[in-house]
Amino acid sequence: MNPFSYARATDLSSAIAAASTEGTVLLAGGTELLNWLKEGIATPRRVVDINALSELDYIELNATELRLGALARMSAVAAHPDVGREFPALSIALEKSASQQIRNMASMGGNLMQRTRCPYFRAEVELPCNKRVPGSGCAAREGEDRSHAVLGGSEQCIATHPSDAAVALTMFDAVVRVEGPKGPREVPIDEFYALPGKTPHVETVLAPGEVIVQIAVPRSSMTPHSYYLKVRERASYEFALVSAAASVETEWKIIRTAKIAVGGVAPKPWRLRSGEANLVGVALDDEATMHRALERDFETARPGRHNGFKIELVRRTAIRALQAAGGMA
Amino acid sequence: METRWTRREVLETAAVLGGASLVSPVNAAQRIAGSADEPIESTMHLSINGREHTLVLDNRATLLDALRERIGLTGTKKGCDRGECGACTVHIDGRRVLSCLTLAVTAHGREITTIEGLAKSGALHPVQAAFIRHDAFQCGFCTSGQIMSAVACLAEGHAGSEAEVAEYMSGNLCRCAAYPQIRAAVLAAARESRG
Repeated sequence: MNPFSYARATDLSSAIAAASTEGTVLLAGGTELLNWLKEGIATPRRVVDINALSELDYIELNATELRLGALARMSAVAAHPDVGREFPALSIALEKSASQQIRNMASMGGNLMQRTRCPYFRAEVELPCNKRVPGSGCAAREGEDRSHAVLGGSEQCIATHPSDAAVALTMFDAVVRVEGPKGPREVPIDEFYALPGKTPHVETVLAPGEVIVQIAVPRSSMTPHSYYLKVRERASYEFALVSAAASVETEWKIIRTAKIAVGGVAPKPWRLRSGEANLVGVALDDEATMHRALERDFETARPGRHNGFKIELVRRTAIRALQAAGGMA
Repeated sequence: METRWTRREVLETAAVLGGASLVSPVNAAQRIAGSADEPIESTMHLSINGREHTLVLDNRATLLDALRERIGLTGTKKGCDRGECGACTVHIDGRRVLSCLTLAVTAHGREITTIEGLAKSGALHPVQAAFIRHDAFQCGFCTSGQIMSAVACLAEGHAGSEAEVAEYMSGNLCRCAAYPQIRAAVLAAARESRG
Protein backbone atom coordinates (compact mmCIF):
# COMPACT_ATOMS: atom_id res chain seq x y z
CA MET A 1 0.00 0.00 0.00
CA ASN A 2 1.36 3.38 -0.98
CA PRO A 3 1.37 6.16 1.62
CA PHE A 4 -1.45 8.70 1.37
CA SER A 5 -2.55 11.87 3.07
CA TYR A 6 -5.86 12.01 4.92
CA ALA A 7 -8.35 14.83 5.29
CA ARG A 8 -11.96 15.22 6.29
CA ALA A 9 -14.38 17.01 4.00
CA THR A 10 -16.46 19.53 5.90
CA ASP A 11 -18.95 20.24 3.12
CA LEU A 12 -20.12 18.67 -0.10
CA SER A 13 -18.45 21.22 -2.36
CA SER A 14 -15.06 20.44 -0.85
CA ALA A 15 -15.70 16.73 -1.37
CA ILE A 16 -16.58 17.36 -5.02
CA ALA A 17 -13.49 19.51 -5.49
CA ALA A 18 -11.34 16.83 -3.87
CA ALA A 19 -12.90 14.05 -5.94
CA SER A 20 -12.09 16.02 -9.10
CA THR A 21 -8.39 15.89 -8.25
CA GLU A 22 -6.20 13.20 -9.77
CA GLY A 23 -5.02 10.69 -7.19
CA THR A 24 -7.78 11.45 -4.66
CA VAL A 25 -10.41 8.98 -3.50
CA LEU A 26 -13.39 9.51 -1.25
CA LEU A 27 -13.85 7.36 1.84
CA ALA A 28 -17.35 6.53 3.11
CA GLY A 29 -17.91 3.15 4.83
CA GLY A 30 -14.50 1.92 3.72
CA THR A 31 -15.54 -1.72 3.40
CA GLU A 32 -14.56 -1.71 -0.28
CA LEU A 33 -11.86 0.96 -0.30
CA LEU A 34 -9.77 -0.65 2.44
CA ASN A 35 -9.60 -3.89 0.47
CA TRP A 36 -8.78 -2.05 -2.75
CA LEU A 37 -5.91 -0.32 -0.92
CA LYS A 38 -4.64 -3.61 0.52
CA GLU A 39 -4.80 -5.38 -2.86
CA GLY A 40 -3.32 -2.49 -4.82
CA ILE A 41 -6.55 -2.07 -6.79
CA ALA A 42 -6.62 1.58 -5.67
CA THR A 43 -3.40 3.54 -5.18
CA PRO A 44 -4.49 7.05 -4.14
CA ARG A 45 -2.16 9.78 -2.93
CA ARG A 46 -4.94 11.34 -0.87
CA VAL A 47 -7.95 9.90 0.94
CA VAL A 48 -10.76 12.33 1.70
CA ASP A 49 -13.16 11.13 4.39
CA ILE A 50 -16.76 12.24 3.73
CA ASN A 51 -18.32 10.63 6.80
CA ALA A 52 -18.68 13.97 8.58
CA LEU A 53 -21.18 15.14 5.92
CA SER A 54 -24.20 14.35 8.07
CA GLU A 55 -26.45 16.10 5.54
CA LEU A 56 -25.99 13.00 3.35
CA ASP A 57 -27.14 10.59 6.07
CA TYR A 58 -30.94 10.33 6.03
CA ILE A 59 -33.88 8.11 5.09
CA GLU A 60 -37.04 10.00 4.09
CA LEU A 61 -40.34 8.83 2.68
CA ASN A 62 -42.65 11.41 1.11
CA ALA A 63 -45.81 11.05 -0.97
CA THR A 64 -43.96 10.26 -4.18
CA GLU A 65 -40.62 8.68 -3.32
CA LEU A 66 -38.20 7.19 -0.84
CA ARG A 67 -35.05 9.28 -0.52
CA LEU A 68 -31.89 7.62 0.73
CA GLY A 69 -28.95 9.86 1.50
CA ALA A 70 -25.71 8.54 0.03
CA LEU A 71 -24.28 8.09 3.54
CA ALA A 72 -27.29 6.24 4.98
CA ARG A 73 -25.88 2.95 6.25
CA MET A 74 -27.08 -0.35 4.80
CA SER A 75 -28.20 -1.60 8.24
CA ALA A 76 -30.23 1.56 8.88
CA VAL A 77 -32.03 1.31 5.53
CA ALA A 78 -32.61 -2.43 5.95
CA ALA A 79 -34.20 -1.95 9.38
CA HIS A 80 -36.24 1.15 8.54
CA PRO A 81 -39.95 0.37 8.95
CA ASP A 82 -41.00 2.56 5.97
CA VAL A 83 -38.58 0.71 3.69
CA GLY A 84 -39.76 -2.69 4.92
CA ARG A 85 -43.42 -1.78 4.42
CA GLU A 86 -43.26 0.12 1.12
CA PHE A 87 -40.23 -1.49 -0.58
CA PRO A 88 -39.79 -4.99 0.90
CA ALA A 89 -37.53 -6.13 -1.98
CA LEU A 90 -35.03 -3.44 -1.00
CA SER A 91 -34.95 -4.26 2.70
CA ILE A 92 -34.64 -7.99 1.96
CA ALA A 93 -31.82 -7.34 -0.51
CA LEU A 94 -29.96 -5.27 2.08
CA GLU A 95 -30.60 -7.72 4.90
CA LYS A 96 -29.18 -10.54 2.76
CA SER A 97 -26.05 -8.56 1.89
CA ALA A 98 -22.73 -9.03 3.70
CA SER A 99 -22.83 -9.20 7.51
CA GLN A 100 -24.27 -6.91 10.17
CA GLN A 101 -20.77 -5.53 10.88
CA ILE A 102 -20.31 -4.61 7.22
CA ARG A 103 -23.88 -3.28 6.90
CA ASN A 104 -23.23 -1.03 9.91
CA MET A 105 -20.25 0.47 8.09
CA ALA A 106 -21.19 0.44 4.41
CA SER A 107 -23.06 3.38 2.88
CA MET A 108 -25.78 3.23 0.24
CA GLY A 109 -23.73 5.33 -2.17
CA GLY A 110 -20.73 3.08 -1.65
CA ASN A 111 -22.91 0.03 -2.17
CA LEU A 112 -23.62 1.19 -5.73
CA MET A 113 -19.90 1.84 -6.26
CA GLN A 114 -18.84 -1.70 -5.31
CA ARG A 115 -16.67 -3.45 -7.84
CA THR A 116 -16.87 -6.99 -9.08
CA ARG A 117 -15.99 -10.01 -6.94
CA CYS A 118 -14.32 -11.66 -9.95
CA PRO A 119 -11.44 -13.59 -8.34
CA TYR A 120 -9.05 -12.51 -11.10
CA PHE A 121 -9.87 -8.85 -10.46
CA ARG A 122 -9.40 -9.33 -6.69
CA ALA A 123 -6.30 -11.53 -6.97
CA GLU A 124 -3.48 -10.77 -4.53
CA VAL A 125 -0.98 -11.71 -7.21
CA GLU A 126 -1.88 -9.65 -10.23
CA LEU A 127 -3.43 -11.69 -13.03
CA PRO A 128 -4.59 -10.57 -16.48
CA CYS A 129 -7.63 -8.36 -15.90
CA ASN A 130 -8.78 -5.58 -18.18
CA LYS A 131 -10.45 -3.84 -15.25
CA ARG A 132 -7.23 -3.80 -13.21
CA VAL A 133 -4.86 -3.09 -16.08
CA PRO A 134 -6.61 -2.17 -19.35
CA GLY A 135 -5.22 -4.28 -22.18
CA SER A 136 -3.82 -7.01 -19.92
CA GLY A 137 -6.47 -9.53 -20.96
CA CYS A 138 -9.25 -11.42 -19.21
CA ALA A 139 -8.20 -14.46 -17.20
CA ALA A 140 -11.82 -15.46 -16.60
CA ARG A 141 -12.56 -16.06 -20.29
CA GLU A 142 -10.00 -18.87 -20.40
CA GLY A 143 -10.27 -19.79 -16.73
CA GLU A 144 -12.82 -20.41 -14.00
CA ASP A 145 -15.96 -18.60 -15.17
CA ARG A 146 -18.58 -20.22 -12.95
CA SER A 147 -19.50 -16.96 -11.20
CA HIS A 148 -19.38 -14.84 -14.35
CA ALA A 149 -21.83 -13.13 -16.67
CA VAL A 150 -23.94 -14.83 -19.34
CA LEU A 151 -25.45 -11.56 -20.59
CA GLY A 152 -23.93 -8.17 -21.42
CA GLY A 153 -20.29 -9.22 -21.25
CA SER A 154 -17.64 -8.60 -23.91
CA GLU A 155 -14.42 -10.16 -25.21
CA GLN A 156 -12.63 -7.98 -22.68
CA CYS A 157 -14.66 -8.69 -19.54
CA ILE A 158 -17.38 -11.02 -18.23
CA ALA A 159 -17.47 -9.80 -14.62
CA THR A 160 -20.76 -9.45 -12.75
CA HIS A 161 -21.80 -6.66 -10.40
CA PRO A 162 -22.06 -7.83 -6.79
CA SER A 163 -24.63 -5.47 -5.24
CA ASP A 164 -27.92 -6.99 -4.09
CA ALA A 165 -29.44 -3.59 -3.33
CA ALA A 166 -28.71 -2.38 -6.88
CA VAL A 167 -30.80 -5.25 -8.27
CA ALA A 168 -33.79 -4.23 -6.15
CA LEU A 169 -33.24 -0.55 -6.97
CA THR A 170 -33.08 -1.35 -10.71
CA MET A 171 -36.38 -3.24 -10.48
CA PHE A 172 -37.90 -0.23 -8.67
CA ASP A 173 -36.63 2.23 -11.36
CA ALA A 174 -34.63 4.17 -8.79
CA VAL A 175 -32.85 7.38 -9.72
CA VAL A 176 -29.28 8.17 -8.68
CA ARG A 177 -28.89 11.86 -7.85
CA VAL A 178 -25.34 13.11 -8.23
CA GLU A 179 -23.60 16.41 -7.78
CA GLY A 180 -20.42 17.40 -9.51
CA PRO A 181 -18.29 20.25 -10.73
CA LYS A 182 -20.96 21.02 -13.37
CA GLY A 183 -23.85 20.88 -10.92
CA PRO A 184 -26.48 18.29 -10.02
CA ARG A 185 -28.01 15.70 -12.34
CA GLU A 186 -30.19 12.62 -12.16
CA VAL A 187 -29.30 9.24 -13.65
CA PRO A 188 -31.85 6.42 -13.89
CA ILE A 189 -30.13 3.49 -12.21
CA ASP A 190 -30.53 1.33 -15.33
CA GLU A 191 -28.28 3.86 -17.10
CA PHE A 192 -25.89 4.32 -14.16
CA TYR A 193 -23.67 1.31 -14.93
CA ALA A 194 -21.66 1.05 -18.14
CA LEU A 195 -21.41 -2.27 -19.97
CA PRO A 196 -17.80 -3.40 -20.37
CA GLY A 197 -17.47 -3.29 -24.17
CA LYS A 198 -13.88 -2.38 -24.95
CA THR A 199 -13.46 -0.32 -21.75
CA PRO A 200 -14.30 -2.59 -18.80
CA HIS A 201 -12.41 -0.34 -16.39
CA VAL A 202 -15.14 2.29 -16.94
CA GLU A 203 -17.93 0.99 -14.74
CA THR A 204 -20.34 3.89 -14.24
CA VAL A 205 -21.35 7.05 -16.07
CA LEU A 206 -20.03 9.24 -13.24
CA ALA A 207 -17.73 11.98 -14.50
CA PRO A 208 -14.59 12.92 -12.53
CA GLY A 209 -15.65 14.78 -9.40
CA GLU A 210 -19.24 13.58 -9.50
CA VAL A 211 -20.46 12.28 -6.15
CA ILE A 212 -23.63 10.29 -5.43
CA VAL A 213 -25.73 12.36 -3.02
CA GLN A 214 -29.06 10.55 -3.03
CA ILE A 215 -30.85 7.46 -4.27
CA ALA A 216 -34.54 8.13 -4.93
CA VAL A 217 -37.02 5.27 -5.25
CA PRO A 218 -40.44 6.15 -6.73
CA ARG A 219 -43.51 4.92 -4.84
CA SER A 220 -46.38 3.12 -6.51
CA SER A 221 -49.18 0.78 -5.49
CA MET A 222 -46.92 -2.07 -6.69
CA THR A 223 -43.84 -1.43 -4.58
CA PRO A 224 -45.23 -3.00 -1.37
CA HIS A 225 -45.85 -6.18 -3.40
CA SER A 226 -42.22 -6.91 -4.04
CA TYR A 227 -39.64 -9.51 -3.09
CA TYR A 228 -35.94 -10.27 -3.46
CA LEU A 229 -34.73 -13.85 -3.80
CA LYS A 230 -31.02 -14.53 -3.45
CA VAL A 231 -29.51 -17.88 -4.41
CA ARG A 232 -26.04 -18.59 -3.06
CA GLU A 233 -23.75 -21.36 -1.92
CA ARG A 234 -23.96 -20.57 1.80
CA ALA A 235 -27.13 -19.86 3.78
CA SER A 236 -25.83 -16.42 4.75
CA TYR A 237 -22.90 -14.03 4.31
CA GLU A 238 -22.16 -14.85 0.68
CA PHE A 239 -22.52 -13.07 -2.62
CA ALA A 240 -25.31 -14.16 -4.94
CA LEU A 241 -24.82 -16.85 -7.53
CA VAL A 242 -28.00 -15.43 -9.07
CA SER A 243 -30.77 -13.29 -7.62
CA ALA A 244 -34.07 -11.74 -8.65
CA ALA A 245 -36.03 -8.71 -7.51
CA ALA A 246 -39.68 -8.64 -8.55
CA SER A 247 -42.81 -6.63 -7.96
CA VAL A 248 -46.21 -7.51 -9.28
CA GLU A 249 -49.76 -6.26 -9.57
CA THR A 250 -52.36 -9.02 -9.86
CA GLU A 251 -56.10 -9.35 -10.24
CA TRP A 252 -57.47 -12.74 -9.12
CA LYS A 253 -53.93 -14.15 -9.42
CA ILE A 254 -53.59 -12.94 -13.01
CA ILE A 255 -50.55 -10.75 -13.57
CA ARG A 256 -51.50 -7.18 -14.62
CA THR A 257 -48.05 -5.64 -14.29
CA ALA A 258 -44.70 -7.21 -13.47
CA LYS A 259 -41.25 -5.79 -12.96
CA ILE A 260 -38.19 -8.00 -12.70
CA ALA A 261 -34.46 -7.35 -12.38
CA VAL A 262 -31.93 -10.13 -11.97
CA GLY A 263 -28.45 -10.19 -10.49
CA GLY A 264 -25.38 -12.38 -10.87
CA VAL A 265 -25.83 -12.88 -14.61
CA ALA A 266 -24.58 -9.62 -16.16
CA PRO A 267 -22.13 -6.77 -15.59
CA LYS A 268 -25.00 -4.81 -14.06
CA PRO A 269 -28.46 -5.54 -12.65
CA TRP A 270 -30.45 -6.81 -15.65
CA ARG A 271 -34.09 -5.96 -16.31
CA LEU A 272 -36.12 -8.71 -17.98
CA ARG A 273 -38.15 -6.29 -20.08
CA SER A 274 -39.43 -8.80 -22.64
CA GLY A 275 -40.49 -11.04 -19.81
CA GLU A 276 -42.29 -8.21 -18.06
CA ALA A 277 -44.36 -7.62 -21.20
CA ASN A 278 -44.95 -11.33 -21.87
CA LEU A 279 -46.13 -11.99 -18.32
CA VAL A 280 -49.18 -9.73 -18.55
CA GLY A 281 -52.27 -11.91 -18.39
CA VAL A 282 -50.41 -14.99 -17.14
CA ALA A 283 -51.62 -16.68 -13.95
CA LEU A 284 -49.17 -16.38 -11.07
CA ASP A 285 -49.29 -20.13 -10.45
CA ASP A 286 -48.82 -21.11 -14.13
CA GLU A 287 -45.10 -21.75 -13.91
CA ALA A 288 -44.74 -23.33 -17.36
CA THR A 289 -46.15 -20.25 -19.09
CA MET A 290 -44.15 -17.93 -16.87
CA HIS A 291 -41.01 -19.85 -17.76
CA ARG A 292 -41.72 -19.44 -21.49
CA ALA A 293 -42.43 -15.75 -20.94
CA LEU A 294 -38.87 -15.36 -19.64
CA GLU A 295 -37.15 -17.06 -22.58
CA ARG A 296 -36.81 -14.10 -24.91
CA ASP A 297 -34.59 -12.09 -22.51
CA PHE A 298 -31.99 -14.87 -22.64
CA GLU A 299 -31.82 -15.32 -26.44
CA THR A 300 -28.64 -13.24 -26.50
CA ALA A 301 -27.07 -15.12 -23.57
CA ARG A 302 -23.51 -16.27 -24.19
CA PRO A 303 -22.62 -18.79 -21.50
CA GLY A 304 -18.98 -19.74 -21.01
CA ARG A 305 -17.64 -23.06 -19.85
CA HIS A 306 -18.98 -23.29 -16.30
CA ASN A 307 -21.80 -20.75 -15.98
CA GLY A 308 -24.45 -22.05 -18.40
CA PHE A 309 -26.56 -23.28 -15.47
CA LYS A 310 -27.28 -19.66 -14.53
CA ILE A 311 -29.71 -19.22 -17.44
CA GLU A 312 -32.12 -21.83 -16.11
CA LEU A 313 -31.44 -21.05 -12.45
CA VAL A 314 -32.12 -17.34 -12.79
CA ARG A 315 -35.40 -17.91 -14.67
CA ARG A 316 -36.63 -20.18 -11.88
CA THR A 317 -35.41 -17.65 -9.32
CA ALA A 318 -37.33 -14.87 -11.09
CA ILE A 319 -40.52 -16.97 -11.12
CA ARG A 320 -40.23 -17.71 -7.40
CA ALA A 321 -39.54 -14.03 -6.65
CA LEU A 322 -42.63 -13.01 -8.66
CA GLN A 323 -44.80 -15.53 -6.86
CA ALA A 324 -43.54 -14.37 -3.46
CA ALA A 325 -44.10 -10.75 -4.46
CA GLY A 326 -47.65 -11.65 -5.40
CA GLY A 327 -48.29 -13.28 -2.04
CA MET A 328 -47.90 -16.92 -3.12
CA ALA A 329 -45.75 -18.74 -0.60
CA MET B 1 -6.44 16.63 18.53
CA GLU B 2 -8.28 18.17 15.65
CA THR B 3 -6.22 21.14 14.50
CA ARG B 4 -7.96 23.51 12.13
CA TRP B 5 -5.70 24.51 9.32
CA THR B 6 -4.40 28.01 9.24
CA ARG B 7 -5.53 30.29 6.46
CA ARG B 8 -2.19 29.90 4.76
CA GLU B 9 -2.35 26.13 4.83
CA VAL B 10 -5.88 26.19 3.48
CA LEU B 11 -4.76 28.43 0.63
CA GLU B 12 -1.84 26.14 -0.16
CA THR B 13 -4.11 23.15 -0.25
CA ALA B 14 -6.80 24.95 -2.18
CA ALA B 15 -4.33 25.37 -4.99
CA VAL B 16 -4.10 21.59 -5.17
CA LEU B 17 -7.73 20.84 -4.55
CA GLY B 18 -9.17 23.52 -6.78
CA GLY B 19 -10.88 25.38 -3.97
CA ALA B 20 -11.63 22.52 -1.60
CA SER B 21 -11.94 23.36 2.07
CA LEU B 22 -10.92 20.37 4.10
CA VAL B 23 -10.23 19.89 7.75
CA SER B 24 -7.58 17.37 8.63
CA PRO B 25 -6.84 15.97 12.06
CA VAL B 26 -3.21 16.33 11.18
CA ASN B 27 -1.10 18.36 13.52
CA ALA B 28 0.28 21.33 11.65
CA ALA B 29 3.77 20.66 13.00
CA GLN B 30 3.88 17.33 11.24
CA ARG B 31 3.02 18.67 7.86
CA ILE B 32 5.75 18.27 5.36
CA ALA B 33 6.48 21.39 3.39
CA GLY B 34 5.21 21.55 -0.17
CA SER B 35 1.76 20.69 -1.44
CA ALA B 36 2.90 17.56 -3.26
CA ASP B 37 4.13 16.14 0.03
CA GLU B 38 1.12 16.23 2.25
CA PRO B 39 1.60 14.43 5.56
CA ILE B 40 1.24 10.70 5.48
CA GLU B 41 0.65 10.42 9.20
CA SER B 42 -1.89 11.90 11.56
CA THR B 43 -2.27 12.59 15.25
CA MET B 44 -5.41 11.09 16.68
CA HIS B 45 -7.24 10.69 19.97
CA LEU B 46 -8.71 7.26 20.38
CA SER B 47 -11.05 6.55 23.29
CA ILE B 48 -10.71 2.82 23.92
CA ASN B 49 -12.60 1.07 26.70
CA GLY B 50 -12.97 4.43 28.44
CA ARG B 51 -9.26 5.32 28.27
CA GLU B 52 -7.88 8.10 26.10
CA HIS B 53 -4.93 7.38 23.84
CA THR B 54 -3.10 9.94 21.73
CA LEU B 55 -1.28 8.37 18.83
CA VAL B 56 0.67 9.47 15.80
CA LEU B 57 0.11 6.87 13.13
CA ASP B 58 0.67 6.37 9.43
CA ASN B 59 -2.64 7.09 7.69
CA ARG B 60 -2.57 3.55 6.32
CA ALA B 61 -2.83 2.02 9.82
CA THR B 62 -6.04 0.12 10.43
CA LEU B 63 -7.77 0.34 13.79
CA LEU B 64 -6.98 -3.37 14.16
CA ASP B 65 -3.23 -2.83 13.84
CA ALA B 66 -3.37 0.25 16.10
CA LEU B 67 -5.12 -1.76 18.82
CA ARG B 68 -2.77 -4.71 18.63
CA GLU B 69 0.59 -3.23 17.73
CA ARG B 70 0.50 0.23 19.32
CA ILE B 71 -1.85 -0.01 22.26
CA GLY B 72 -1.13 -3.64 23.14
CA LEU B 73 -4.75 -4.76 23.19
CA THR B 74 -4.23 -8.10 21.48
CA GLY B 75 -7.63 -9.55 22.36
CA THR B 76 -8.92 -8.32 19.01
CA LYS B 77 -7.69 -10.86 16.46
CA LYS B 78 -6.43 -10.53 12.93
CA GLY B 79 -7.84 -13.39 10.88
CA CYS B 80 -8.26 -12.60 7.21
CA ASP B 81 -7.55 -8.83 7.35
CA ARG B 82 -10.03 -8.51 4.45
CA GLY B 83 -13.39 -8.17 6.19
CA GLU B 84 -14.35 -11.78 5.59
CA CYS B 85 -13.99 -13.55 8.96
CA GLY B 86 -15.22 -11.20 11.72
CA ALA B 87 -12.36 -12.02 14.14
CA CYS B 88 -11.51 -8.31 14.41
CA THR B 89 -15.04 -7.18 15.40
CA VAL B 90 -15.11 -4.23 17.84
CA HIS B 91 -17.74 -1.66 18.74
CA ILE B 92 -17.51 1.95 17.62
CA ASP B 93 -20.07 4.21 19.28
CA GLY B 94 -21.90 1.04 20.34
CA ARG B 95 -22.20 -0.52 16.86
CA ARG B 96 -20.31 -3.62 15.78
CA VAL B 97 -17.83 -2.99 12.98
CA LEU B 98 -14.74 -4.61 11.49
CA SER B 99 -11.53 -3.02 12.75
CA CYS B 100 -9.54 -4.43 9.81
CA LEU B 101 -11.63 -2.31 7.39
CA THR B 102 -11.44 0.83 9.56
CA LEU B 103 -8.59 3.30 9.17
CA ALA B 104 -7.47 4.19 12.69
CA VAL B 105 -7.56 7.89 11.88
CA THR B 106 -11.30 7.66 11.11
CA ALA B 107 -11.96 6.46 14.68
CA HIS B 108 -10.57 9.75 16.04
CA GLY B 109 -12.84 11.06 18.80
CA ARG B 110 -15.16 8.06 18.79
CA GLU B 111 -15.89 5.52 21.55
CA ILE B 112 -14.22 2.19 20.85
CA THR B 113 -14.95 -0.95 22.87
CA THR B 114 -12.87 -4.10 22.54
CA ILE B 115 -13.13 -7.51 24.20
CA GLU B 116 -10.89 -6.17 27.00
CA GLY B 117 -13.56 -3.58 27.83
CA LEU B 118 -16.50 -5.93 28.40
CA ALA B 119 -15.85 -7.23 31.92
CA LYS B 120 -16.85 -4.73 34.59
CA SER B 121 -15.00 -4.67 37.94
CA GLY B 122 -13.71 -8.17 37.46
CA ALA B 123 -17.10 -9.68 36.57
CA LEU B 124 -17.44 -11.25 33.16
CA HIS B 125 -20.01 -9.83 30.77
CA PRO B 126 -23.05 -12.17 30.66
CA VAL B 127 -22.20 -13.10 27.06
CA GLN B 128 -18.64 -14.04 28.06
CA ALA B 129 -20.02 -16.17 30.91
CA ALA B 130 -22.52 -17.83 28.55
CA PHE B 131 -19.73 -18.71 26.08
CA ILE B 132 -17.81 -20.46 28.87
CA ARG B 133 -20.90 -22.22 30.20
CA HIS B 134 -21.88 -23.49 26.74
CA ASP B 135 -18.35 -24.43 25.69
CA ALA B 136 -18.79 -22.12 22.69
CA PHE B 137 -15.24 -22.34 21.37
CA GLN B 138 -12.48 -24.79 20.66
CA CYS B 139 -9.25 -23.07 19.60
CA GLY B 140 -10.55 -19.68 20.72
CA PHE B 141 -9.12 -17.56 17.92
CA CYS B 142 -12.50 -16.30 16.69
CA THR B 143 -13.99 -16.02 20.17
CA SER B 144 -13.34 -12.36 20.96
CA GLY B 145 -14.92 -11.41 17.63
CA GLN B 146 -17.82 -13.79 18.23
CA ILE B 147 -18.45 -12.29 21.68
CA MET B 148 -18.23 -8.67 20.48
CA SER B 149 -20.63 -9.55 17.68
CA ALA B 150 -22.97 -11.39 20.08
CA VAL B 151 -23.11 -8.49 22.55
CA ALA B 152 -24.19 -6.20 19.69
CA CYS B 153 -26.58 -8.84 18.32
CA LEU B 154 -28.42 -8.83 21.68
CA ALA B 155 -28.45 -5.04 21.85
CA GLU B 156 -29.89 -4.85 18.32
CA GLY B 157 -32.68 -7.25 19.29
CA HIS B 158 -31.54 -9.84 16.76
CA ALA B 159 -31.37 -12.84 19.12
CA GLY B 160 -35.02 -13.88 19.18
CA SER B 161 -34.61 -17.36 17.71
CA GLU B 162 -31.90 -19.79 16.70
CA ALA B 163 -32.45 -18.94 13.02
CA GLU B 164 -32.19 -15.23 13.74
CA VAL B 165 -28.99 -15.71 15.75
CA ALA B 166 -27.52 -17.81 12.92
CA GLU B 167 -28.35 -15.08 10.39
CA TYR B 168 -27.10 -12.15 12.45
CA MET B 169 -23.95 -13.95 13.64
CA SER B 170 -23.04 -15.10 10.11
CA GLY B 171 -20.31 -12.49 9.76
CA ASN B 172 -18.21 -14.34 12.34
CA LEU B 173 -16.61 -17.51 11.01
CA CYS B 174 -15.49 -20.34 13.30
CA ARG B 175 -13.22 -22.82 11.58
CA CYS B 176 -13.54 -25.21 14.53
CA ALA B 177 -17.29 -25.11 13.72
CA ALA B 178 -18.47 -24.46 17.27
CA TYR B 179 -21.57 -22.89 15.74
CA PRO B 180 -24.20 -24.96 17.66
CA GLN B 181 -22.58 -24.03 20.98
CA ILE B 182 -22.15 -20.40 19.92
CA ARG B 183 -25.84 -20.16 18.99
CA ALA B 184 -26.79 -21.77 22.31
CA ALA B 185 -24.61 -19.32 24.25
CA VAL B 186 -26.06 -16.29 22.44
CA LEU B 187 -29.63 -17.51 22.97
CA ALA B 188 -28.95 -18.20 26.66
CA ALA B 189 -27.45 -14.75 27.16
CA ALA B 190 -30.45 -13.24 25.37
CA ARG B 191 -32.87 -15.07 27.67
CA GLU B 192 -30.93 -13.87 30.73
CA SER B 193 -30.91 -10.28 29.52
CA ARG B 194 -34.68 -10.41 29.11
CA GLY B 195 -34.86 -11.70 32.70
